[in-house]
Amino acid sequence: MSWYSTHILTIIIFLPLLGAVTLACLGRERASAIRWVALLFSLLTFLITVCLYSQLDPGRAGMQFQELRLWMFIPPVNYHLGVDGLSALMILLAGFLTPLSVLVSWKSITVRTKEFFIFLLALETGMMGVFASLDLILFFVFWEVMLIPMYFLIGIWGHERRVYAAIKFVLFTMAGSALMLTGIIYLYNITDTFDLPRIMAHLANFSSLSPIAERWLFLAFFIAFAIKVPVFPFHTWLPDAHVEAPTAGSVILAGVLLKMGTYGMLRFCLPLFPDASREFAPLICVLAIIGIIYGALVAMVQPDLKKLVAYSSVAHLGFCVLGIFVFRPEAIEGSIYQMFSHGVSTGALFMLVGMLYDRRHTRLISEFGGLATPLPVYSTFFLIVVLSSLGLPLLNGFVGEFLIIIGAFHSHAAYAAFASIGVVLAAVYLLWMYQRVFYGEVTNSRNLTLSDCDLREKLILTVMVIVIIAMGVYPQPFLRRMDQSVNSIMLRIERHTVILTDRAPAGHTGGGR
Amino acid sequence: MITLQPLDMMRILPEIVLSVFAVLIMVLEPFVRAGHKKLLGYLALLGVIAAGGASARLTSLLYSWPGMGPAFGGSIAADEFSSFFIGLFMFVAGIVILGSMDYLERDHHQHGEFYALILMGTVGMCFMAASTDLIMIFLGLEISSIATYILAGYRRNDYLCNEASLKYFLLGSFATAFLLYGIAFVYGLTGTTNLLGASVRLAASPQWTPLAHVALILMFVGLAFKLSAAPFQIWAPDVYQGAPAPVTAFMSVGPKAAAFAVLLRVFLGSFTSAGDFSFWILWISAALTMCVGNLGALWQPNIKRLLAYSSIAHAGYVLVGVAAGGQRGISGVLYYLVAYALMNVGAFILIAYLAGADERLVKIDDYRGLASSRPAVAACLTVFFLSLAGFPTTAGFLGKFFIFRAAIHSHLIGLTILALLNSVVSVYYYFRIIVAMYMNDDKKETADAVLPWSVRTVLAICILGIFYLGLMPNDFMGLSTLAAMPLFK
Repeated sequence: MSWYSTHILTIIIFLPLLGAVTLACLGRERASAIRWVALLFSLLTFLITVCLYSQLDPGRAGMQFQELRLWMFIPPVNYHLGVDGLSALMILLAGFLTPLSVLVSWKSITVRTKEFFIFLLALETGMMGVFASLDLILFFVFWEVMLIPMYFLIGIWGHERRVYAAIKFVLFTMAGSALMLTGIIYLYNITDTFDLPRIMAHLANFSSLSPIAERWLFLAFFIAFAIKVPVFPFHTWLPDAHVEAPTAGSVILAGVLLKMGTYGMLRFCLPLFPDASREFAPLICVLAIIGIIYGALVAMVQPDLKKLVAYSSVAHLGFCVLGIFVFRPEAIEGSIYQMFSHGVSTGALFMLVGMLYDRRHTRLISEFGGLATPLPVYSTFFLIVVLSSLGLPLLNGFVGEFLIIIGAFHSHAAYAAFASIGVVLAAVYLLWMYQRVFYGEVTNSRNLTLSDCDLREKLILTVMVIVIIAMGVYPQPFLRRMDQSVNSIMLRIERHTVILTDRAPAGHTGGGR
Repeated sequence: MITLQPLDMMRILPEIVLSVFAVLIMVLEPFVRAGHKKLLGYLALLGVIAAGGASARLTSLLYSWPGMGPAFGGSIAADEFSSFFIGLFMFVAGIVILGSMDYLERDHHQHGEFYALILMGTVGMCFMAASTDLIMIFLGLEISSIATYILAGYRRNDYLCNEASLKYFLLGSFATAFLLYGIAFVYGLTGTTNLLGASVRLAASPQWTPLAHVALILMFVGLAFKLSAAPFQIWAPDVYQGAPAPVTAFMSVGPKAAAFAVLLRVFLGSFTSAGDFSFWILWISAALTMCVGNLGALWQPNIKRLLAYSSIAHAGYVLVGVAAGGQRGISGVLYYLVAYALMNVGAFILIAYLAGADERLVKIDDYRGLASSRPAVAACLTVFFLSLAGFPTTAGFLGKFFIFRAAIHSHLIGLTILALLNSVVSVYYYFRIIVAMYMNDDKKETADAVLPWSVRTVLAICILGIFYLGLMPNDFMGLSTLAAMPLFK
């Protein structure tokens, strides 16, 4: 093991923080230098995450690029990092969206620019840490620390009701994590370690959890993650936070932070508490489907563009949760794929809405109409992103939803049927919105003079569209790297009984999809 | 008959050094010209450092050094436990003295008495932590209380301050009487006030259990007052609000930690035969204290009052650790007390300076827009509040983590969840101040533009300490584990 492979995760985590410190040393009047430094550090981080992801060995089970060091002696807490196909993908997502968020904030953030980029980079450190941690306490530390920069991003640079939205976001997440911390410490008392691989080994070898304890522990973890996702009854913080946040905040929030919930379910809930997961799965699937349909219906009637996108996230994340809890390998792969692709599509949607807001300072659909005439380039990009979000084949959204629905169908046909309603509704609310905003005559004379995308915006959107198309046409590089992770999760769920017969073992999963 | 021996004096060396310096300051006060009164502050600081050195020396050499061990016929124990607390008290006293020099200058208060009283109060606290005899505990408590009663009323021309002092004095005396009554019960039952002797005799005579319970309750009432533990916390908001901010910094940490030392020694170290009973007293009080503190703080418009409620809540978290007991619980409590001292003293000292002359700017509204006008100060205050709220990477988080770990190990899962939910509630009110500083922009009157170097030093120490304890806990966890040992011998 070279120095490089044991430290690359540390570099990925702390490079953005180094950037934040560098920014803190710059004078606040040098706004342009601050932007460039922030972009430089986030791009550098992105490049390293690309290296990480491309060097990930898709054939190897278990964690790669591990780094293990003792952090606390009593109780023993490790600085233990490592990634597999799942977490590396999430790290790639966070690394991809951060430089773009820097770019979308280039002109729209004019007050306290320095602090804004400091918080954005600090947030990236927190996100990377969450996905790379293999020690429960380390995970918890990053999970909580990340709230603070996000709180400030929403609270300082947000819109009218920003203070309310920011504190609501923090309190919801913390209420969940309070339960999770209890669960973590309880787990420690049983297994004598906070180290995830060792806890898994312990639980697999001696089934030392009583069913009741397992049920409670599952709930403690699940509720924390369900709030983050958010799963249906816990979703009320989401529209507020997403709508009030500045564009970059919404992008990161929808793109990465929500995925922490689904990531947590895959990384902790399923492998650690397989029996309880199976037990609660029907309930969770029903909640997920309610989320899909409810999110879509509410999105349909939103007068506010950003709120529409926010509710569409509730629906899309419902798919991810459904995919996880039907316990089918293809559905879990679809769910992971959907996590990434939702990050890209919804991130792009928030960026587009943000660009419109920069020009008109309103997000109300009724203020627009016929925008395709003054903004041809913008509306083309918007159309592609909308189509990707509603799951058009050959674009990224399709792959994930399709796999999830196949898996759901195998598990329970009714799940698939109801989830498909969500797909139809997504087409309805997105296309209807597109039609009202872009087609027809220009209804509001103030929209006639709007300027089309400038070079910076074109650059951002082109990158997004390239990724959208690439992921839709050629998902294989991503899916290949998930196989081992999904396999090991399935192994835990099925408790060592050999996994599904209708699926070739990893490495031969080519062509068919 | 106990005879005085040089060894005994050796074992209370820190207390002696402090008393000498306190007297010295009082004597020298008239000879220092007005305008140079800060010199007395440096002298007091020197005293604290000397006393801290004396106690540090005790710790490092352990039992090979004659300075460790019982003294005065077993009424004082110079052990790791008391050394740990003495170290903490020296730190608090030093920081408060350093942080109040320019405060006293600004508001034209008397210097000499202030430092002398802080030192005397600290002597009392040291005795509380070191006593293994109920009478000595009572004496220590009185010494520290009387000093703090006077300090609480130090802004003589302010009626709120006078109210604070009088309230503190009257209720405090009342509470001490309860403690004394409890001690009388123990003496009546066992014929001794020595903790070891009394607990042995109580354990040997189960027929006295009901009366022993009465004694425990009475003593708990007396201590709970000092801890500001519910339901005896009523005085705290008024007194903390009225007292000068540096004094509040001192008494929200020092006497509280000392009372915890006594609580640990008496309830966990000695009267273990009544374990179950005292456990429930602690459980109920912990649950009540957390809830009362956090709910009370929610809508306070005054920042000192808000922090007063918050310090009640923190006493509740520490009580969770005491209720958990055991080695884990006690070391967690010790760790938490150090973390709490760092963040609370730092916050109060900063507030004292931001309040401006005569402490007029103590409303949360007065902090509006502070982040634009004074970003560094706002950042410091934010660190203190984040630590108080228990966010990771700060001392506050690890303190809570150690305590909750002990609590879950002792199967106090309900209490732990209650504590964690309480800390979520606390985020709301700490963040109200952060909201005012960062998210409201209308400029308001702000106090002196530049912080004196003494305050900058205090802030630097506290913030470095918060991150040190929050990121590299091993040294202090080792120390607090070591300090918990004597209670299990």
